[in-house]
Amino acid sequence: MTPDQIGFATLLKKEVMRFWSVLGQTVTAPVITALLYLLVFAQAMQGRAPVYPGVGYTEFLVPGLVMMTVIQNAFANTSSSLTQSKIMGNLVFLQMAPLGPLQWFGAYIIAAIVRCILVATAMLLVTWPFVHLPVHAPLALAAMFLLSAGSLAVLGMIAGIIAEKFDHIAAFTNFFITPLSFLSGVFYSVHALPPLWFAASHLNPFFYMIDGFRYGFFGHADVPIWQSLLWSTGFFGVCAAVCLWMLVTGYKLKR
Amino acid sequence: MSSISAPHAAAPASALEIRGIRKRYGSLEALRGVSFDVRRGEFFGLLGPNGAGKSTLIGIISGLVQADEGSVAVLGHDTVRDFRTARRLLGVVPQELVFDPFFKVRDLLRIQAGYYGCGKESWPWIDEMLERLELAGKAGSSMRALSGGMKRRVLIAQALVHKPPVVILDEPTAGVDVELRRTLWAFMSDLHRQGTTVVLTTHYLEEAQELCSRIAILDRGSVAAVEPTPQLLARHPYRFLRLKLADGAQLPAALRELVTGEVGGAYELKLETARHPIGAVFDALRTAGVAIEDVQTREPDLEDIFIEMTGHTAKPAATGAAK
Repeated sequence: MTPDQIGFATLLKKEVMRFWSVLGQTVTAPVITALLYLLVFAQAMQGRAPVYPGVGYTEFLVPGLVMMTVIQNAFANTSSSLTQSKIMGNLVFLQMAPLGPLQWFGAYIIAAIVRCILVATAMLLVTWPFVHLPVHAPLALAAMFLLSAGSLAVLGMIAGIIAEKFDHIAAFTNFFITPLSFLSGVFYSVHALPPLWFAASHLNPFFYMIDGFRYGFFGHADVPIWQSLLWSTGFFGVCAAVCLWMLVTGYKLKR
Repeated sequence: MSSISAPHAAAPASALEIRGIRKRYGSLEALRGVSFDVRRGEFFGLLGPNGAGKSTLIGIISGLVQADEGSVAVLGHDTVRDFRTARRLLGVVPQELVFDPFFKVRDLLRIQAGYYGCGKESWPWIDEMLERLELAGKAGSSMRALSGGMKRRVLIAQALVHKPPVVILDEPTAGVDVELRRTLWAFMSDLHRQGTTVVLTTHYLEEAQELCSRIAILDRGSVAAVEPTPQLLARHPYRFLRLKLADGAQLPAALRELVTGEVGGAYELKLETARHPIGAVFDALRTAGVAIEDVQTREPDLEDIFIEMTGHTAKPAATGAAK
């Protein structure tokens, strides 16, 4: 490997080791939270008419919960890592190292995706005894997963770069990530919403992430898969452009 | 890995070339066109009172701060255009005691080496540094569990992990015990003998005077002097005379204007060698019939020169010990 490749691989490994060292907090806890949602909503909504033909409510719910958890964890991974390093002051070791913006970007995003793969796999495994999900379109499933986890990881990097204290990250999570992920069709089909909220949902990028992911399992969704892929790709592109601009110019990173 | 002992045949004479650096924070002009060179293989002192711009300059050299104007090159490599090479040639020990709480000491050093493109071949050097800095017993400890002094040692090891030919130590001995100072200077002197260029900022001017062959003094964002240490010390041709007079004796009026302070009941007089020969002082005392109990002379040291040039003591206010 070249020195640049070793530098990139080291940063990636360090970011994975960071969340791995607190696995109970970074993987187990979100899985348990999602299972509680599943338990409560599956019980409460049992007996309702299938959302899609032949798809029961619990089956409908699981992909949405998985994607919601992925969205929240991808964001949390990069934002908390960067914010903590800034507040603790140890980000200087990375800033003084011969690593370029693309290496930072790639390592942080891939590490967050690795965490999301672990979380999603754990969730699908523990729900397996109750829900057997089909896989209708594996490529669409993988693409939606990677685009969604990637986008939120990038958004987490942006928030981490902007944040000067943990309060800023908490505000970003509480006022942006959590509401948008809850109002994105995790627990319902947007077709069940009144016209205003139906239209509003179509402006929420998280809606397309969850809807496209669901399509990968069932072959049914609220909007065509190409629309979900297009929205998610566009969202990733915009977030990546903003984040790379911040890294290249040193915005909020260099004094 | 970069080698500390194998100078590059075509390498430039300057380890650091600092040209016209300006940096402004709002209305504060932190650096006002700073230019100087640090030569290869030097033990160089960068001194200045608090707020002189030392840390800003080090931040610009290391990539933590963006200069408004000017350029810095490390062994001929521009720190912006060719930042990867420049950073591989540079190791910086930051002033603040910062650490990553997630990792153990040895893991942290291996990660740091990896950032610089060093793989397993750097591990024996990491182990050697752990031994030399008396950290071997703490290699498996979490950073959180270390004392302040131990954390400082890890910071030093982190800066040296890729064997950089140019090392900047930003107040490495601030608040550390005598033992660590001794260990650190023995280690750095060894590296310096092997060819490493060392740039040191410190509030302990006796350290700078002892270790540095050349010194730059920054004052209010400008370079007040860049000179070899002996030349800097000889710059102000005066000496100090400490006089303890017999009980009840008064200093003659003609000598009072030379007094710079009183220490332990003795007057300290600052004598310009050309204007105030010591013999003339004793003549004045004899003429006035003043009896002397004790006499001491002292050549000006770096602290005196520093105060003369900047109007400040070098030590932070909390621990200030002006002469």
